[in-house]
Amino acid sequence: MKMNKLVFPLVITLAASMATTGCKKGTPKTTIIPGHNQQIVGDGSGAGTVGNGGTMGGDNNASGTGLNTKPGGGDTANLDMFDGMIKDPAALAAYTVHFAFDSATVKKGEESNISAVASALASNSGDKLLIEGNCDERGTEEYNRSLGERRALALREALAKAGVDPSRVRTISYGKDKPADPGHDEAAWAKNRRGDFILLHPKAGV
Amino acid sequence: MKKIILKFLTIGLVAVALPGARAQEIQVGKEINVLGQTKPIPVSLDGFTGEAAEVLKFDLFVQGFSFVAPDAAQYQISGSSAGDVSGRVTDKFAKKVVLSRSYNGASVRRQAHAFADDIVQTIQNKKGIGQTKIAFKSQSASGNGEIFVADFDGYNKQSVTSDNSIVAKPAWSPGKLAVYYTSYARGNPDIFYHSLSGGQRRVIAGYSGLNTSAAVSPDGAKVAMILSKGGSPNVWVCDADGTNLKRLTTGLEDSSPTWSNDGQWICFATKIAERRRLAKVSASGGPVKTLSTAGVSSPTEPDWSPDGKWIAFTSQTRDDFNICVIPADGSLPPTVLVAGQNPSWAPNSRTLVFNHEIGHRQVLSVLDVFTKQYKDCQRANGSNSQPAWGK
Repeated sequence: MKMNKLVFPLVITLAASMATTGCKKGTPKTTIIPGHNQQIVGDGSGAGTVGNGGTMGGDNNASGTGLNTKPGGGDTANLDMFDGMIKDPAALAAYTVHFAFDSATVKKGEESNISAVASALASNSGDKLLIEGNCDERGTEEYNRSLGERRALALREALAKAGVDPSRVRTISYGKDKPADPGHDEAAWAKNRRGDFILLHPKAGV
Repeated sequence: MKKIILKFLTIGLVAVALPGARAQEIQVGKEINVLGQTKPIPVSLDGFTGEAAEVLKFDLFVQGFSFVAPDAAQYQISGSSAGDVSGRVTDKFAKKVVLSRSYNGASVRRQAHAFADDIVQTIQNKKGIGQTKIAFKSQSASGNGEIFVADFDGYNKQSVTSDNSIVAKPAWSPGKLAVYYTSYARGNPDIFYHSLSGGQRRVIAGYSGLNTSAAVSPDGAKVAMILSKGGSPNVWVCDADGTNLKRLTTGLEDSSPTWSNDGQWICFATKIAERRRLAKVSASGGPVKTLSTAGVSSPTEPDWSPDGKWIAFTSQTRDDFNICVIPADGSLPPTVLVAGQNPSWAPNSRTLVFNHEIGHRQVLSVLDVFTKQYKDCQRANGSNSQPAWGK
């Protein structure tokens, strides 16, 4: 009887704290993304003013941080490059991974795709990988931008488990902005819920 | 015994439904009217034509007025817009003129907006929204787009960017002519701070992975955002210039932070135990507390009203989206308002701007929460979405 009096309030306290903090146990490990882990604070110098509808050229001198922006640092990004490397979308196009609705879980059936990508990276030690996460059109925009990133990160974790050094892998989310199929039916949506693997080759002479 | 128990149960039910809201009707049936929703104030408009009439109707409609014949009106608004705008408001029951004013300068639209504000101030004793601005994104079929600012009714739009890249989630710096937004102009989603007066911009969050969903604290000093550089998309906070970055959450899938009016709390969308939830965390760090949105599915994109009382959000089902509102203190279940997404509160904490779909394009629309009346804004080219109301 005396034991119960002590245990009961303890159980309530535990339950209350779990209710507010959530259960920490079992949170999957997530891996920090290397690279631009410093902010880029430019002072806007060297750039024209925008006014109505102008664009800012050559923005973001990374004053003091020595942080690389994009090669050729011009007005808009060179879309064939990512982080100083050349994008090769064709090399691993066959291994695109697809996801269930509203899910970032890598399905069991995708194991062969993950292995193929891991092998490609193992045989090309100078290469890196960019994973593009995408969603179908049915979610809201910021939720989808986050979900697309979560999908890319989940694939990064899967590749890490398959032996790929996570520092070679970067992620980008396109939310629902870049569908593979512009249709508005279940068949199109299934194609759009995907992670695309973009092999990155070093620039020649670098 | 049974009779007494039944009596207690009935009282209990009534007591649960009543707390908080003022003029609440309890409707038998599906929806409980939790917001104390009101009927519009009936007014008549007489003597205004063209753009002035258009502006008066739009502004008053979305602040909770309806338009009737003079006999049926509570207030009669008459005047002229041939040349400059002038007008008067007569309180029909009190039988007296409560506002009489002429306007000049700027444009007819500006004058009419100013008159609408004076009408709102006179009748509702509130500051009107007639001269406020919105920022939004306009996207083409390619997925690329630009950030725009416009009058809150969509008129006089001007592009802020011209990068022809993917853009997202503009947010105003309160009290300043400056916006933050996400842009892929540099090949990655980065958060920019962009001065609308000087025209200069800089990246304040350009880390590896995702940088998006900037939300500025009410005092303009801090920015909450979603960064994935820690390995998952989470809520981080930094100073307005991007310095002093601090991580606030560690869940797997966070999105859309929004600040409470006192700057103490950040509400956001998250997933807990496979369920999509709204939650809040102290802006200085601490445990995550879930908010109840029982009765609607998959809450997302929350926006906290400037007076602190309400959180508007998008509820997502498999096929559609609905704008919903809950009291910020969680005292009542959600009210479903209209079909649409991405609500953003006006400074009056009663009108919302949002977007909804018309033929595979998104169109901006303005909604009065308390009367549920809404009207589409003037459209920019492309698909217009993610509006942010300047405060």
